[in-house]
Amino acid sequence: MSFLRRLSRNRLGLLGLIVLFVVVLLALVTPILPLQDPNATETADRFLRPFSEGHLLGTDHLGRDLLSRLLWGTRLSLTVGFAAAVIAATIGAAIGIVAGYFGGTTDNVIMRGVDMLMAFPYILLALAIVAALGPGLLNALIAVAAVNVPFFARNIRGITVGLAHKEWVDAARLSGMGHARIILSEILPNVVPVIVIAMSTTVGWMILETAGLSFLGLGSQPPTADLGSMLGEARAALISAPHTSVVPGLMILIVVMSINLLGDGVRDALDPRLRSGALTRPRPATMVSRKSVPKGEGRGILALQDLETQFHVGRRVYRAVGGVSLHVEPGECLGIIGESGSGKSVTALSVMSLVASPPGVITGGAVRYRDRDLVGMRYLDLRHLRGDRIAYIFQDPLATLHPLYRVGDQLTEAIRVHHRVSGREAWDRAIDLLRQVRIPNAAERANSYPHEMSGGMRQRVGIAMALANDPDVIIADEPTTALDVTVQAQVLSILDDLRRDRGLAIVFITHDFGVVAQLCDRVAVMYAGKIVEQGPTHVVLNDPAHPYTRLLIQSVPELGQGRRDLVSISGLPPPVEDLPPGCAFAPRCPKCEPDCTVAPIPMLGSDHHAARCIHPETPLREAAE
Amino acid sequence: MTAALRLTDLSKTFPVGKRLFGPPKGRVRAVRPVTLIVEHGETLGIVGESGCGKSTLARMLVGLIPPSTGTIAIDGRAFDNSDPAAFGKRVQYVFQDPISSLNPRKSIRQVMEAPLKHLHGMNRAERATRIAEIFDLVSLRQEFLERYPHEFSGGQAQRIGIARALAAEARILILDEPVSALDVSVQAQVLNLLNRLKTELGLTYVFISHDLAVIEAVSDRVVVLYFGSVVEVGPADAIFARPRHPYTQLLADSAPRVGRPLEAPEARETELPDPLNPPPGCPFTPRCPRATEICRAEDPPLEAKAPGQLAACHHPL
Amino acid sequence: MGAYIVKRLISAIPVLLGITVIVFAIMALIPGDPATAILGSYATPENVERLNRDLGLDRPAWQRYFVWLANMLQGEFGRSFRLNRPVIDEVLERFNATLILAGTSFVLCTIFGILAGTVSAARQYGWADKAITFAVLLGISIPSFFLGMMMILIFAVNLQWLPVSGMYAIYGGGDLPDLLWHLIMPATALAVVATGVVARLSRSAMLEVLRQDFIRTARAKGVPERRVIWRHALKAAMVSIIPVLGIQAGFVLSGAVYIEIVFQWPGIGRMLVDAILTRDILLVQGGVVFVAACYVLFNIVVDVAQALLDPRIKT
Repeated sequence: MSFLRRLSRNRLGLLGLIVLFVVVLLALVTPILPLQDPNATETADRFLRPFSEGHLLGTDHLGRDLLSRLLWGTRLSLTVGFAAAVIAATIGAAIGIVAGYFGGTTDNVIMRGVDMLMAFPYILLALAIVAALGPGLLNALIAVAAVNVPFFARNIRGITVGLAHKEWVDAARLSGMGHARIILSEILPNVVPVIVIAMSTTVGWMILETAGLSFLGLGSQPPTADLGSMLGEARAALISAPHTSVVPGLMILIVVMSINLLGDGVRDALDPRLRSGALTRPRPATMVSRKSVPKGEGRGILALQDLETQFHVGRRVYRAVGGVSLHVEPGECLGIIGESGSGKSVTALSVMSLVASPPGVITGGAVRYRDRDLVGMRYLDLRHLRGDRIAYIFQDPLATLHPLYRVGDQLTEAIRVHHRVSGREAWDRAIDLLRQVRIPNAAERANSYPHEMSGGMRQRVGIAMALANDPDVIIADEPTTALDVTVQAQVLSILDDLRRDRGLAIVFITHDFGVVAQLCDRVAVMYAGKIVEQGPTHVVLNDPAHPYTRLLIQSVPELGQGRRDLVSISGLPPPVEDLPPGCAFAPRCPKCEPDCTVAPIPMLGSDHHAARCIHPETPLREAAE
Repeated sequence: MTAALRLTDLSKTFPVGKRLFGPPKGRVRAVRPVTLIVEHGETLGIVGESGCGKSTLARMLVGLIPPSTGTIAIDGRAFDNSDPAAFGKRVQYVFQDPISSLNPRKSIRQVMEAPLKHLHGMNRAERATRIAEIFDLVSLRQEFLERYPHEFSGGQAQRIGIARALAAEARILILDEPVSALDVSVQAQVLNLLNRLKTELGLTYVFISHDLAVIEAVSDRVVVLYFGSVVEVGPADAIFARPRHPYTQLLADSAPRVGRPLEAPEARETELPDPLNPPPGCPFTPRCPRATEICRAEDPPLEAKAPGQLAACHHPL
Repeated sequence: MGAYIVKRLISAIPVLLGITVIVFAIMALIPGDPATAILGSYATPENVERLNRDLGLDRPAWQRYFVWLANMLQGEFGRSFRLNRPVIDEVLERFNATLILAGTSFVLCTIFGILAGTVSAARQYGWADKAITFAVLLGISIPSFFLGMMMILIFAVNLQWLPVSGMYAIYGGGDLPDLLWHLIMPATALAVVATGVVARLSRSAMLEVLRQDFIRTARAKGVPERRVIWRHALKAAMVSIIPVLGIQAGFVLSGAVYIEIVFQWPGIGRMLVDAILTRDILLVQGGVVFVAACYVLFNIVVDVAQALLDPRIKT
């Protein structure tokens, strides 16, 4: 149902569908239409022009009615093209699924055979098959289908290999299912959309190929004609009677184009990545659409003021960041802690307008760096600040480093996009940076590619890159989450030393209270897109005011407390596209009172320690300047 | 009484760079010979960092990977997964990534029905009753049954994964990092659920995790893996409080803890040894502060260093 | 890298052998007696038997295969009975013409395809993207032989800008400018479809890459957007574009068959079609094996290019 709705929303796809529908309908009713005999020759009426009396589209070199031949030919071409596609897809998919699912030797033997067939330019194989079987439309169909089987087999095998290693296949096996049942009931439903996509995008191609063989005189034999052989026969009279070529040629074009339009529509409607917008190009900077700009307050080197970032997907609005205010001083480390979906990463990326857009939009607030507003700044100015004054360290260093450049080149580039220095000089500086993050044999390691390094070493490269231009602020987005604990400890100590040596301001995003406790001076706790508590780390950790903070800290198991039941928070965070009117934590809060759910709760307390709670765990003192 | 699980010299070697003919280019010993016993009603925790072989070990226990050497006995009977329908009733598995362990094109009811149909041959009415019972047990709502996996959060999906494992009515559950994909608040919910189920149903758990605190909170005994070998085994309350192997000590010291100052527990910048070309002797030698000549030459055997506590170290703490 | 090339060349040997087996097997399916076809009206039973013996056709199929293979390895592809000249001479001469045509088209489709796809992705949903997408759709939907015919009609017959057909002018031609002059239309017609396919693929590969985390890293470093697109993203996208270029080369070679017929280009495709229609089996066998072998070698070049680009491929 939703598939058809998505398909109909694609205007070009719909156009293709309508055109194709008309053509197929015409082809279906051709036998009952009052047409002349397509094979009746009339030498006196040779090469009649279109719109001649009795021959709407004129006649060909034997005086046969072109309209009639065109419709019969279309019927034939469509039939053969679809048949070839179905045959190739069925056989190819069967081969591909078997090879991909069983893997090992089965896969090896089958795929070597497929590779062998793909080692021919396809027409050679088709020509050879037709040469062996003799010219004829059925033989052309066999040839085209046979030639396309390897393409399907390879494509479907690739998909199946991916599926066969999924955990749900293992789960099915442990549920007592045998191989045949797993293939049919678990794998096949996931492969069918891919087969449909592959078919819908190749039917047009198959029609072209069979038409091509007929054009060469190897397909349909006179007097019956498909569109290809009509063109082939008309070629001799191309100059004297061009309409005999144009008519079948245009028909092929219309048929194939409508099929391709429809095929694209089908692909777009079936491909989940397109649905989620995963195949849209993110702009160089996040889109901004805000009504007003808050006035600067001159706090900290970097300050966020009521920052709001949303994701607009279709008609839905996800309020990922719903009014975040915080600031960081030089030499200070501010931790932002929260669970997944709390908006902490989006907050971090919003600072330098790095939120993927579409669908991300910054809808309110400001980000002040030395009193300049970074939100909505000219791209050129923003680019000059990125990596130079404010730098990032991201979570997964394998995905965040370019896989095809040496790490030395990536560091060199970071320097040279901001400073006019020679390549040699930048390279030396890159090696120096690698030394500063304690990478052994730095000069040698600069020549390595990211995949040749371990996770911990890669993250050091990530840190070195952030340090390249001696920035004022580093925003670290879960930089140690992908690392093992022993490596995490090493990386954290590097970060801590750098901050103390250079007076760096660090904004450190994490979900780990242990890390925050060890590294950060102050901490902000985020929940459902808002900061719910903010204050010095030791105060927040030892004396949390917000019930969420307290429960979250208690639910973390800590080493050395032995076997026990853990404190847990019931329920789930609210979806950010549908937030409750009052406190977002109220539905899960053990201390919830009726007044919690009425209106948005403001931050209460002082600059020193504040929480978004009207029934806090510990009394919050008002500003006591 | 027979042990729930008895592993004898179980190991796994993966060939690297397979060729069509002839031997592979190299071999990686993912798990070196392991001998272990899991008692009935026990929770055995297996802890280690990435690449230590803990997932390979877990997958061997449920027959998803055939072992290279050694044997597994379940309830005293030799391991036999030739008949998936019989095997599935003895051991079940809970996956790390709850969402990807559910087929995206199957409703939760279809997922839940598979083990009941294929392992227990129940008819439609029996299945419905049983699913209702299990869902009650893991506190899932009945209306979830008609939904599809993408509609669930990680915590809910993991409950469904546990429910599926329970449906098989196996007495032994292998839990492969069951909470590491979850947020802490949800992680606690799932851990508590697992604890409750174990007491109520008398289950035996093999619980694999990289998180020391989680392992300590759920386990009776703990196995520490490093580079494919068991380096230490001991009671959960003793092994982290009084580790005997320097690696266990390093792990315990590395976990970030509230109230402890930040310092790198290792002075040197170290990496795991190359699995294709492992050093002779104890694999921890290059990182070990106590390493001597003998460590570089001989692989230490796993021996008792304290009551109930075994370590593979020439110079235990 | 040298070792990698040698390794790839060695691994091509079984593929090449497989190709000869497939071709031989298909040709062995051909009904009728080649001797009868060769002798035509001289086909008395005695003559047929003698010729069969002379050609070794009375021996079992597997023996004939090895004889044929051994001969081919010595460069002896047999004689075309219809043209009455050695197959290898004819094939080499014709392949040269095909190479000029298909090579030009391949270069055109690679350059324009990648350019168009990259621009299209960088300007996703902008007017340039829409125009390119439409042109691509038209390109992959039009039969190349029809396109060629229409080009002849417009540019040669009506406007008289370009020659109708052939490779050289009949009188006074034969030099390079003349060849290029004759090459414009067929090479363009042949390139259109392949350009469309390459452009499509490049666009989706670029869109895929532009979502990757390392692109965000490049932007966070302050790399100018143009450099992000044309260096960072395109280089990564080439990893998935290059293998398809290998397949596209096969499509260009295939399309050349039609174009050679439409433009009377004296290439190997036309030769093969004629040989099939006249049942000149040795010529078909020799031609198919030769072209397939060249294609296999070309794909090794593609693999080497891929290995040079991507350090993650073990060399």
